[in-house]
Amino acid sequence: MLPLLLEDVSFVAGGRAIIDRVSCELEVGPRTVILGPNGSGKSVLMRLCHGLLAPTSGRIVWRGSRDRVRPRAQAMVFQRPVMLRRGAHANVTYGLKLAGIPKRERDERARDVLDAVGLKSVADRPARVLSGGEQQKLALARAWALDPEVLFLDEPTANLDPGATREVERIVDQIHGSGTKIVMTTHNLGQARRLADEVLFMSAGRLADHAPVERFFAQPSTGEVAAFIKGELPWS
Amino acid sequence: MIVAVDGQLYEIVLLSLQVSLTAVAIATVVGLPLGAALAIRRFPGRQVLLVSLNALMGLPPVVVGLVVYLLLSRAGPLGELGLLFTPTAMVIAQAILVTPIIAGLSRQVLEDAWHEYEEQLRSLGATPTAAAATLLWDTRYSLVTVVLAGFGRAAAEVGAVIIVGGNIYGVTRVMTTAISLETSKGDLPLALGLGLILVAIVFLINAAAQIIKSAAVRRYG
Repeated sequence: MLPLLLEDVSFVAGGRAIIDRVSCELEVGPRTVILGPNGSGKSVLMRLCHGLLAPTSGRIVWRGSRDRVRPRAQAMVFQRPVMLRRGAHANVTYGLKLAGIPKRERDERARDVLDAVGLKSVADRPARVLSGGEQQKLALARAWALDPEVLFLDEPTANLDPGATREVERIVDQIHGSGTKIVMTTHNLGQARRLADEVLFMSAGRLADHAPVERFFAQPSTGEVAAFIKGELPWS
Repeated sequence: MIVAVDGQLYEIVLLSLQVSLTAVAIATVVGLPLGAALAIRRFPGRQVLLVSLNALMGLPPVVVGLVVYLLLSRAGPLGELGLLFTPTAMVIAQAILVTPIIAGLSRQVLEDAWHEYEEQLRSLGATPTAAAATLLWDTRYSLVTVVLAGFGRAAAEVGAVIIVGGNIYGVTRVMTTAISLETSKGDLPLALGLGLILVAIVFLINAAAQIIKSAAVRRYG
């Protein structure tokens, strides 16, 4: 269903342009990381792409899909995962049921994907009593089980400790390896270096840069990008 | 004194529970989906509906009794059914009284949950109906409290059941109407005994629900 084309997309709320005339194209393949300071519009841009928000003006088109507005083969993992009040396994099969997968296959897929993210031993535990890291891994499993063509991740490690962050990054890499296009936001430069193939840099609602990761860090295109890279490095 | 009126008392308590529990069951079946729809759907006139619903939560039982009486009386539109002064009429009146309470309180619980769940459920492609069912299931412990509030209201009210039931001994006499009657007759010990039983029943049901709820929350988070 890719490429995903954004044409002059703006999103206005309360009289303020949170996304300001963004145009770009996301292709099959490279892992795209959306970078930028807090409040730059990263999360809103991602919600527009995923179809949770509708642009105030401009167009978002899935050029390779028959359903150009909101094709189903996409999933999203949120910064704070919403765990349904049921077991871990049931959290995964819930999404599969909504996607219309038959019961037998649901159970099988859920078992496989929980195994792949390392949650096999807690599959029957209530999701809400799992640790923060386990919950985020479960959210990844729930999204991965849907076998999406595109997976959006909104700051998936913002609330996690370094160990859990490493595991989440490993799983994201695995999902990428299975052929899913990764689009992820972060404000963590180290993570961007580790996971990105290309970087979208957002600043005050505008798309300030769109570059391969090596070029983005080696030759910052603007003073703003250079300042962000320099300013953020000590905490990355 | 409680022992002395054993047989009579047993019938009165049983009928009270039958009427109020049936009314609450009906109000739950109607009220919870209504609360869920109001929590999830955005439509013109929603605000007006919410204000009306909140106002209806404080509906005076005697007014409900009067309206149902007019509907069911011989000359009323539903007079032919011959329901006036039967337990069914009491169930109808209490269900009308309790439905806005269950709908209004559950709407609040479900709307809070919807704020938390909305993006995730929409991301997974849930239809409004599927989302409503998920919210109802995931807030089940809080909704128990909502239903109990409805039961408390039904079991405690006297105004509606005395008008549409008529407080007929052996047919429509329930605890609250019996207390009212015995008090006006001057049989204060009997009235007090019935009052104690009524309070004990409401207390026990609430305690049981609370214990189940906290055990479940501890276990499932």
